[in-house]
Amino acid sequence: MSPARLRTHLHGWLLLLPAAVLLAAFTYYPAIATVLDSFFSTPRGARPSIFVGLDNYQAMVQDPIFWRALDNNILYSMSTIPLTIALALLMAVWVNGKIAGRPFLRMAFFTPTVLPMIAVANIWVFFYVPGYGLVDQVLGLFGLPAHNWLGNEHTALACLIVVAVWKDAGFFMIFYLAALQQIPPQLREAAALEGAGRWYFFRRVTFPLLMPTTLFVLINAVINSFRLVDHIIVMTRGGPDNATALLLFYIYQVGFKFWDTAYAATLTVVLLALLAMLALGQFLFLDRRIHYQ
Amino acid sequence: MKAAQSGAPLAAALETFGAWFLAILWILPLAYALWAAIHPSAYSARFVLDAPLTLDNFARAWTAAPFARYFLNTFLLVTMILGAQLVLCTLAAYAFARFTFAGREIAFLLVLLQLMIMPDVLIVENYQSMSALGLVDTIPAIGLPYMASAFGIFLLRQTFKTVPRELDEAARVEGAGPLQVLLKVYVPLAKPIYIAYGLVSVSYHWNNFLWPLIITNSVNTRPLTVGLQIFASSDQGIDWSVITAATLMTSAPLLIAFLLFQRQFVQSFMRAGIR
Amino acid sequence: MRCLKSRWLAPIVGAVAMVLASSAMAKDVELSFYYPVAVGGPITKIIDGYAAEFEKENPGITIKAIYAGTYQDTLVKALTAFKSGEPPDIAVLLSTDMFTLIDEGAITSIDGLLKTNADKAWLKSFYPAFMANSRTSGKTWGVPFQRSTVVMFWNKAAFKAAGLNPDQAPDTWDALVADGQKLTKRDAAGNVSQWAVEIPSTGFPYWLFQGLTTANGVQLMNQAGTETYFDKPAVVQALQFWVDLSRKDKIQPPGTIEWGTTPKDFFEGKTAIMWTSTGNLTNVKKNAPFPFGVAMLPAHQGRGSPTGGGNFYLFKKMTPEQRAAALKFVKWMTTPERAADWGIQTGYIAVRPDAWETPAMKQYVAGFPAAAVARDQLKYAVAELSTHDNQRVTKALNDGIQAALSGTKTPEQAMKDAQQEANRILRPYR
Repeated sequence: MSPARLRTHLHGWLLLLPAAVLLAAFTYYPAIATVLDSFFSTPRGARPSIFVGLDNYQAMVQDPIFWRALDNNILYSMSTIPLTIALALLMAVWVNGKIAGRPFLRMAFFTPTVLPMIAVANIWVFFYVPGYGLVDQVLGLFGLPAHNWLGNEHTALACLIVVAVWKDAGFFMIFYLAALQQIPPQLREAAALEGAGRWYFFRRVTFPLLMPTTLFVLINAVINSFRLVDHIIVMTRGGPDNATALLLFYIYQVGFKFWDTAYAATLTVVLLALLAMLALGQFLFLDRRIHYQ
Repeated sequence: MKAAQSGAPLAAALETFGAWFLAILWILPLAYALWAAIHPSAYSARFVLDAPLTLDNFARAWTAAPFARYFLNTFLLVTMILGAQLVLCTLAAYAFARFTFAGREIAFLLVLLQLMIMPDVLIVENYQSMSALGLVDTIPAIGLPYMASAFGIFLLRQTFKTVPRELDEAARVEGAGPLQVLLKVYVPLAKPIYIAYGLVSVSYHWNNFLWPLIITNSVNTRPLTVGLQIFASSDQGIDWSVITAATLMTSAPLLIAFLLFQRQFVQSFMRAGIR
Repeated sequence: MRCLKSRWLAPIVGAVAMVLASSAMAKDVELSFYYPVAVGGPITKIIDGYAAEFEKENPGITIKAIYAGTYQDTLVKALTAFKSGEPPDIAVLLSTDMFTLIDEGAITSIDGLLKTNADKAWLKSFYPAFMANSRTSGKTWGVPFQRSTVVMFWNKAAFKAAGLNPDQAPDTWDALVADGQKLTKRDAAGNVSQWAVEIPSTGFPYWLFQGLTTANGVQLMNQAGTETYFDKPAVVQALQFWVDLSRKDKIQPPGTIEWGTTPKDFFEGKTAIMWTSTGNLTNVKKNAPFPFGVAMLPAHQGRGSPTGGGNFYLFKKMTPEQRAAALKFVKWMTTPERAADWGIQTGYIAVRPDAWETPAMKQYVAGFPAAAVARDQLKYAVAELSTHDNQRVTKALNDGIQAALSGTKTPEQAMKDAQQEANRILRPYR
């Protein structure tokens, strides 16, 4: 290897080093340590941690709350992700066009992004209060009865899904908007000349061109559906009867309320495995259109 | 658009209506926050036009917890994180974009992995690491896991790759070293990306809750979001007047900055051209 | 960094301090004191004021009062600080955290510190109901400070409108149901505009549930914190009554009822009666736009309510001087005058009978008789549910209660499952 090439290698690694150290310390090490810890017991008082093999996993398989949280999380992700992306795209298309009151629309769609979830969740609690809450007040105008939105096992999770979609759609809209701005206007003009309808144009031209953005947004939406549990802490604390417990919320509860760190690590392994699977799927199947070169 | 408007005015009107309807839904929580914050509690669920105005809620929110200190903590936190992110991500992105080195592809894939396996889900282990390092309940502990951001590295790498090689080479011919090239050529060209990324980072960490909740436990380190929790976990139930006042108070800097720089913000995102 | 450094420094500083202490006896003592805030109002100011006043009266002792967040935050902070070798000296934590703190070996029992007869008399001066959560296996671990209990608030205007005596709250379960039928307002379509009663069932449903089980003459756990009795018939019966309020009698909203919104429901006239903490007294007094009353929880087999709230705990790692100073501070904070003042300012129940004999408290009660109801109910009060691995056991019960209330399990099944889970959790402690 020539000295010049060696120098490039060295420079490359030196530049990467600071970030690599932090990534190793706070992402790769904890990810691996989580897996290791899941094979040990939680130290308590005078009792030290001992190797317990698969005991934690066995306990997990028998833990109905874990299964409930997993089911809830899958349902939650499967609803929030498509809804958020579809709305974000719709908002972007609107705000990109010559619609009346565009600045207001843009601001309205985006504000949820800058408000802290922990605070707005309390406002959403008000919206959902049975009787005098905003939702019921509005429904009441149409003569509909009051409903205990958050206190009912069948509606509580849906309520949280709405909050999550509300929080993220405007953020993703910005990415779509940026991408839409880069589609050359000539394309549209040409299509219009050929008599292509708007929907046809969107389906055949715009949407495919937006594909890379959609993938980017998709990753973020997937992550957020597993990452953000602030609203659960405020709005339902996982209730009623675990109907709104998501995986990360349950991990938080086990790790920092029950102080059972080993079991929390075991639950984290499942979450990591889920995320890794999704990442793999993304790299292998969906990613053919983007080449990170 | 022209085709649509001339072809179907009704459809266009319907669309405008739809857009406005959604926008109003989206702004509703903020609108409600404004309403409840400036009226006495008795009116927090009653929307009548002659409700008396008051600033008392803000005063009550302010005294309920040491918010001045929390503001300082949050400010220190987001500044520290953003500063570190900008430096670390710039260096790493530069390495990925313009240097060939052994293991680059693997390293890049590993970085991308952090997009999925983010620090937020590793709270249990990271807490133990921080406690081993003696960093529990310090502001750096809140920030450390986020400083090497895969998102930032990815964004900047994509941008740096679009910089024409000729500019790079021209600078080198003039005798600039790798770091000088980075500072003189790449960084200035990536300004919109920096702005967009900076805004995302600031709003993310200004509003981040779960990890700070876990890792801090005193007034001297707790950020605003964790301070806000005091209103959510009280024996007395939720007092929306105070909580909305506190919400507005704590997110005011971001909200105002966003309203003032809305145009620039969105434009820098557009120029950033995330693909 | 700070922690590491002080860990190294601690032995050195300790050694130096001992040398200094032996040469000059009047060395200053510093005490760190963690406390939570769980009610509205300028609590931090009041505590800081107390600390300053105490320091003035006791030169040589410095109190470092640290507001640590919610109860949960305060426990987490105290335990992590303890594990890293620098525990606080004094902390106010939930009375139910007692077993957790003992299991971690973090706290010292109070009895050992009491030297004089006056000290011993002081520990006997609290309401016995509050001591129930402060003692186990013959030792006292906590000193009552900000304590509460469950009471019933009723809307007198709503009672009047329903043709009931506005000054008489339902005194028994049967009366609650009977009055409830009159208090529930339905329109022609069956939509309810006013419910009769709300017993909140989120956050800590077990606590309100104890208001029912105690009245039904049954305890939920033993004093050693190793057994629970969730599946006893009387417990199931109590839960059945709670469920029936919504399902059979239809006088309570169906589903779980959010703790945080119950007071507002009451102010808005959505419910004529609410069960809630005495910690809400000041809040209701300020915000209810109608005349209201405060009553003891209705009786069934007997009366009863759990106590709640926080105790002072003393942590182990203190020097004898610190320990003496800490005891002095805790005693100072719980004098009749202070207990009365704290109760008046916050709405907590003044923790000892003689506090109610102070002029300030007498005047307060004369102007606001409702304040004394919680005190009178203490005669019938029992310890709040607290066991080893408390959070987990409590969650098992909470989940069961919520499952029954939202109709996914029968009360019997729900309590059977909860008991099974509690048995599994508590087995290692038996």
